[in-house]
Amino acid sequence: MPEETFFAMRQSIIDGAPEAASELAQAALAQGIPPLDAINNGYVPGMHDVGEQFALGQMFLPDMMASAEAMRAAMAVLEPELTRLGTERPLAGVVVLGTTKGDIHEIGKILVGTLLTANGFRVHDLGVDVTGEKFAAKAKEVGADIVGISALLTTTMRNQKGVIEALEKADLRAQVKVMVGGAPVSRAWAQEIGADGYAKDAISAVALARELMQQKAQGAAREPA
Amino acid sequence: MRPRFQLLDKALIERIVGEAFQLIQNPGVRVAPYVVELLREAGIRVENQVAHIPEAVARKTLESAPRAFSLYDRAGNAVVRYAGDYVHFDPGSSCLNILDAKTQQARPAQATDLARLVQVAEMLPQFSAQSTAMVCNDVPPEIGDWYRLLVVLWHAQKPVITGAFSASSLHTLLELLAIESGGADNLRQRPRAVFDVCPSPPLNWSEFASQNMVDLARAGVPAEIVSMPLAGATAPVTLAGSVVQHAAECISGVTIHQLAQPGAPIVWGGAPAIFDMRTGKTPMGAIETVMLDVACAEVGKYFGLPTHTYMVAGDGRLIDAQTEMESGMSAELGALAGINMISGAGMLDFLACHSIEKLVIDAEAIASAHRLVEGIEPRGESLAVDMFAQTGLSGDFLKLKETRALFRKEQHFPSAVVDRGLATMDATAPDVVARAAERVEELLSSYRRSELGLEREKEMLAFAQREGRKAGLSGLPGICASE
Repeated sequence: MPEETFFAMRQSIIDGAPEAASELAQAALAQGIPPLDAINNGYVPGMHDVGEQFALGQMFLPDMMASAEAMRAAMAVLEPELTRLGTERPLAGVVVLGTTKGDIHEIGKILVGTLLTANGFRVHDLGVDVTGEKFAAKAKEVGADIVGISALLTTTMRNQKGVIEALEKADLRAQVKVMVGGAPVSRAWAQEIGADGYAKDAISAVALARELMQQKAQGAAREPA
Repeated sequence: MRPRFQLLDKALIERIVGEAFQLIQNPGVRVAPYVVELLREAGIRVENQVAHIPEAVARKTLESAPRAFSLYDRAGNAVVRYAGDYVHFDPGSSCLNILDAKTQQARPAQATDLARLVQVAEMLPQFSAQSTAMVCNDVPPEIGDWYRLLVVLWHAQKPVITGAFSASSLHTLLELLAIESGGADNLRQRPRAVFDVCPSPPLNWSEFASQNMVDLARAGVPAEIVSMPLAGATAPVTLAGSVVQHAAECISGVTIHQLAQPGAPIVWGGAPAIFDMRTGKTPMGAIETVMLDVACAEVGKYFGLPTHTYMVAGDGRLIDAQTEMESGMSAELGALAGINMISGAGMLDFLACHSIEKLVIDAEAIASAHRLVEGIEPRGESLAVDMFAQTGLSGDFLKLKETRALFRKEQHFPSAVVDRGLATMDATAPDVVARAAERVEELLSSYRRSELGLEREKEMLAFAQREGRKAGLSGLPGICASE
C-alpha cells in the first residue's frame, strides 16, 4: 500500500499537480504514514526525476515550475506534522535566497529554492528587489550557511556585487558562502565579484550548494568560483 | 518596388491594439509618484500607483506624438531620419564585456575599448549612429552612464543612441550634450542623441523610467521606449500576446511622455525576446525573437510612429557560424521590415558581450541588407532587349557600356572581410575573424578625430573632471585630450 502511495506522490510531482500532491499528503497522514517517509520516498524522488528529465532536455521550465508548485503544496501539508512530531529532516544547510535590488524576476530563484528544499535545505526566500542590507540582515538572523543571489538582467546583475559587499560590511562573509545565478550571470562574473560559486540552472545549484556545505564543513579556505 | 517583410495583417494588428488599450485600462499600468499628478490632471484614474488609462486619452496622445524627427551629426546634418521606412543601424548598447581582440575571450570592457569601438563605427558608413556601447568597468559605476556618453561624444561626429542609468543622472547626460551642442536650445533644435527608456515588464513604469520620460519630453530631447517583454516569463508565451504587452507598454509610455510635453519626439521601440524554456536565457538570435521585433515595429507603424528595435545580435559566445547566421538573418529581416533604428550590431552571448571584430562583420550583413531593400530596379528603356541587341548571342556583356555604367549600382562590393575569392584569399588566407581583426586595425589607423573647437572641448573636459572627481575618478580614461 505505501509503495503505491509513494508512486502516486512521485507521479503528482512529475505531473506538476499541486492538488493531487496535497490530497495524497493529507491521505498519507490520515493513514498514519510518517511524513518523513512521504517526503523521502514519495515526493523527493519525484523532484529528482524532474531534475533528471530537465537536464536531459525532456522537461522544460514551465514543467519544473508546475512540479515545484506541487512540491510546495505537499510540503505545506507535511511540514506542520513534521514539526509536531519533532522529526525534522536532517538539515543539509540554511540558505537565504533572493533576487537583487532593481530586479523583479524570480522564476529561476523559485526553482532553486524548491529543489534545495526538496534536498533537505532550509530555504528563506526574500523574494525580489532585495537590497544587500536585507540579504545580510536575514543571513545574520537565521544563521545562513549560504546566500544565493539571482538576477535576470545585465543591469541588475551588477547589484550581486553589492550583496557581497553588504555581507562583508556586516562581518558575515567568513561564515557565509555566496552563490550566484541568473540568465546573464557567468562563472567569470562570479569570480570577478568574489562569489564562491555559480550555478547555470536549478539542478546544478543543488550540487553547488552541497559542495559549498562540504567546503564549509572542511573549513576550507575560500576558493575561487 | 521596395521589398517588404510583413508578419501581421491589418485585422490582427487591430486586435493587438484593441487588447493593448484594454490592458492599459485594466489591469492598468504601474507608474511612479513622479507622474501621478500629471496623469490625474488628464483625467486618468490612478489608485495605489496603478494608472487606468482610458483609450480616448491614450489615442489623443498618440496623435500628438510627432510622425518624424531627425538626429543630427556634429556638423548639423540630419543623418538619422526617424520616420516612415527609413532604416538605420547602430551598435548594441551598455555591454559589460568585450571579446578581447587578441585572445577572442570575453573580459570586462574598459573606456579604451569603447573608444576603439566608437572609432571603428565612425569609419563604417553602415552605422548611421553611435551607441553608448559599453559600460566602462574602469570608471566608478555611479558615473558609468555619463562617462560612456563622454567617450562617445569625444570620438564621434555621428549621433548617439544612449540612456541614463538613474533618474538623477539623466540631467548630467543632458548637460554634457548641451555643452557639446553649444547650449540646451541648440540641442533641442538639432538633437544629437536619443535616450532609451525601459519600462519593466509587465506594464510598469518605474520611478526611474517615469521620470526619464517626463524630463526628456520637457527637455525636447528624443526618447526611445525600449519595451522588453520576455515571452513566457515576463509576458504571455504567445508571440501575439507579447506583442500586445509591448503595445500596451509603448502606448502608456507615449501617454506619459506626451502629457508632459505634447509634440516632443518619441520612438516606439523595444528589445523583446522569447524566454528559452530549457535555459531561461533570452536568445536574441532566435527566429521567434526576430518575429517579435518585426511584429512590434509593425504595430508602431500602424500608429505612424517612428520605430526602433534590437536585432543583429547573435547568441554564440564567440564569433562563429551560429552567431553570424543569427546576425545576418535578423539584419536582413529588420531592414525589410523598414524599422527606423536597429540596435544590436557587434553583440553576442545574449547581449552580454561586445566584439569590435563582430561589428565589422555585421557591417557587411548590414550593407547587404541595405542593398536588399533597394530592391530590383528597371534601369533604362528596356530591361535586357537593348543589351541583347548589341551582343546578340555572343554573351559578351562585359564590354557593354551599360555594364560599366550600371554595375556599381547593381552590385554591392563588400570589404575584404567577406571572402569573394580575391587573389589574396587563397587556402592559406586568414579566417573571417582574422580578416575582421585586420579590418579593425585598418579602420583605426585611418580614423582621425574631428575636434570640437577649443572652447567646447575645454568645457567638456572641465565638466568631466569636475563630475569625475566627485566619484573619485582620477584622469579621464578613453579620452586623449589634444591639449
